[in-house]
Amino acid sequence: MPTKPEPQAWQDPLIDVRDLSVHFELRGGILARLFGSDTGTVKAVDGVTLTVGRGEVVGLVGESGSGKSTLGRALLGLVPATDGSILFHGDDVAEMSRRRLRAIRRDIQMVFQDPNAALNPAMTVEEATGDALRVHGMKSAAERRARVVEALEKVGLSPVELFLSKYPRDLSGGQKQRVVLARAIILDPEVLVADEPISMLDMSVRAKILQLMLDLKQELGLTYVYITHDLASAKYFCDRIAIMYLGRVVEIGPTDEIFANPRHPYTRALLKAIPEPDPERALPRDLLRGEIPDAASPPLGCSFHPRCPEAFEKCGWESRDLRAVIEEHWTRQPADVYGAESDTVGDLAHLDTPATVARIGGKGAESAREILHRMRSERPDEPFWRGVDRVDDDGPGIRVVFHPGEDPALRSSDGVEVACLLYPESS
Amino acid sequence: MMRGLLGGLAKPFTQTAGLARWMLVAGLVLTAAFVVMAVFAPWVAPYGFAQSAADGARFPKAGPPGADHWFGTDRLFFDVLSRTIWGARTALEVVVLSILFCVAIGVPLGLISGYHGGWLDRILVLVMDAVFAFPSFLLAIVFSFLLTNLLGGSVIAVALSLTAIYIPQYFRVVRNTTVSAKEATYVEAARAMGASDGVIMRRYLFGNVVQSVPVLGTLNAADAILTLAGLGFLGLGIQSTDAAEWGHDLNRALADAGSGIWWTGLFPGLAIVLLVTGLTLVGEGLNETLNPTLRRRRLLPVVMPARAETTITGEEQQ
Ligand SMILES: Nc1ncnc2c1ncn2[C@@H]1O[C@H](COP(=O)(O)OP(=O)(O)OP(=O)(O)O)[C@@H](O)[C@H]1O
Ligand SMILES: [Mg+2]
Repeated sequence: MPTKPEPQAWQDPLIDVRDLSVHFELRGGILARLFGSDTGTVKAVDGVTLTVGRGEVVGLVGESGSGKSTLGRALLGLVPATDGSILFHGDDVAEMSRRRLRAIRRDIQMVFQDPNAALNPAMTVEEATGDALRVHGMKSAAERRARVVEALEKVGLSPVELFLSKYPRDLSGGQKQRVVLARAIILDPEVLVADEPISMLDMSVRAKILQLMLDLKQELGLTYVYITHDLASAKYFCDRIAIMYLGRVVEIGPTDEIFANPRHPYTRALLKAIPEPDPERALPRDLLRGEIPDAASPPLGCSFHPRCPEAFEKCGWESRDLRAVIEEHWTRQPADVYGAESDTVGDLAHLDTPATVARIGGKGAESAREILHRMRSERPDEPFWRGVDRVDDDGPGIRVVFHPGEDPALRSSDGVEVACLLYPESS
Repeated sequence: MMRGLLGGLAKPFTQTAGLARWMLVAGLVLTAAFVVMAVFAPWVAPYGFAQSAADGARFPKAGPPGADHWFGTDRLFFDVLSRTIWGARTALEVVVLSILFCVAIGVPLGLISGYHGGWLDRILVLVMDAVFAFPSFLLAIVFSFLLTNLLGGSVIAVALSLTAIYIPQYFRVVRNTTVSAKEATYVEAARAMGASDGVIMRRYLFGNVVQSVPVLGTLNAADAILTLAGLGFLGLGIQSTDAAEWGHDLNRALADAGSGIWWTGLFPGLAIVLLVTGLTLVGEGLNETLNPTLRRRRLLPVVMPARAETTITGEEQQ
């Protein structure tokens, strides 16, 4: 019974994220540190624009490493924004002083993935829940206790007296997550950022916790940012869903529309990956090929293109894709063919530097061309070949020139917004 | 509440077995005996530590053990038994004070250093490592030399010089546990709740990082007794008329040994050995129970069911 988006949600934005970026500096080994040079940055969140309306449930969905948690933590100012702004009540969270940030956390609270780790092992349930009040200046222990009892009752931990003096180690996972929820709502916040609140729990209590969160939303008028990698729970829970990939929002729209009519190939792949409970209707699932690329050096063009079944010329093909295709080809060859071909093609390590022109071979242009030809005839539907503009001779080897790529921006397309070159601006 | 406290206190006993438990019990008994002597010294000791006469009668000079003076008397007419008992009080005072100073300075420094990191952390770690790398007894000599000039040969001066050599250990343990504990989700949860750095350190990290301090305290206590005695033996630190101190008495007993006066050296020496042994046993016993990396779990031996005799083994036997 997901609550449907109310039309006024758009008119009453509570959180307004504009072009937010959160980058982490990667520190290299001892030498790099000694010379103060850093070996790169991870763009955990890279230019995200997102509005959360009052009373709405917005889902952030994506695979591991897509920057969901970082975005969620940035909303509370737990990680500093590199760029962009987060407007909450018209104030920019990204610019706030530490003191202001601590005050704002009265209104935006967070629920964590692992309830076992989110509670201080040295504090009882009463202390842990009441500490939020104490931090915000409620001195009287009796007053705090009254509020704690009230909050614990709201999250369904009753009889409350039984739980007050318990330590986290005496509670089950579901009970711990209820305590975490009690701690989050005790300050009467407006927004709750829930970072995979059910993924560490037993199957049997997951639905109960989600239902509890929906009840709390009704009762307290909360707004949720719900982070998950599980589209099925997002469907149950969210009014709108933002699909994230490598720090970007690639598609965002109402839940029904996303499920009924997914636009982005990544969204479609995620939807296909949802287990089908009814074996009669289960389709053969082709899971996403390949791994999530390294966030420290994302692919050129659209960062999803190396895994995209529908990628075409403009998606940003480059040297690393060539390496991946060659190596994938070799996994299918017998040992002697592999030996001969790898000899002809030469070392591939230089292809790891992203470029739209890739040089390979060293034993004559013709033999290298021949290998490419063989690979292409073996897998003609491989999207990679659509990206190859031409192949030139280059001394003892060849030069593969790719079509220039384009980085798709988030554009609106019939009620949803999608960042994919397959959907040009519909105006 | 009460039951939890008792359970916590009993933990070292319930969780140990065999040798470890005996070590702990023996250590506790020995240490407790000395603590009782120290606390009740005015009642337990027959005379004062710097008393050379009783009821108008002067004590014999270097008199052998006998009915009046069980452990004999020394060249300064002092009663050896009384000095040995009062010595326990001095030792206890110095050790307790130095541990208190260590905890009061080392724990907050380690907490702040580990939590904030950055240049402050680097400088503190460097300084503490340098102090730690220095031969500790040499350091104690230098410090007690400087501090006795400043504060006089008092218990506080000696306690402070012991503090200087043990602080790096407390600092290190607390700093390292803080560095790992601050990454815990519950710390981020506290931050997400709006807690300030001070609150996080006091209410969330402190309780979780001081757990190894009691073990460190007992282990260092044994070492501190030896260092204290060493300083006294070198004539640094506390003077005989200010307080009874075993090391200092041993120093004076050195001259007696040649002339067959054994009792002035034996009893203070024995006291040092027994107390150090007791404290070491307690420290090791606690370490065994509280430090999970050292604790050997009580494992039940795995009993394999007897296997039916097979033809292969039969052939092998031939
Ligand atoms: N403190 C940090 N320092 C350096 N890199 C970080 C830090 N936090 C996150 N990252 C990197 O940022 C990227 C996004 O991380 P994030 O935790 O936001 O992903 P996520 O979508 O929440 O993934 P998951 O589903 O695994 O929780 C990852 O590549 C991660 O390695
Ligand atoms: Mg995460």
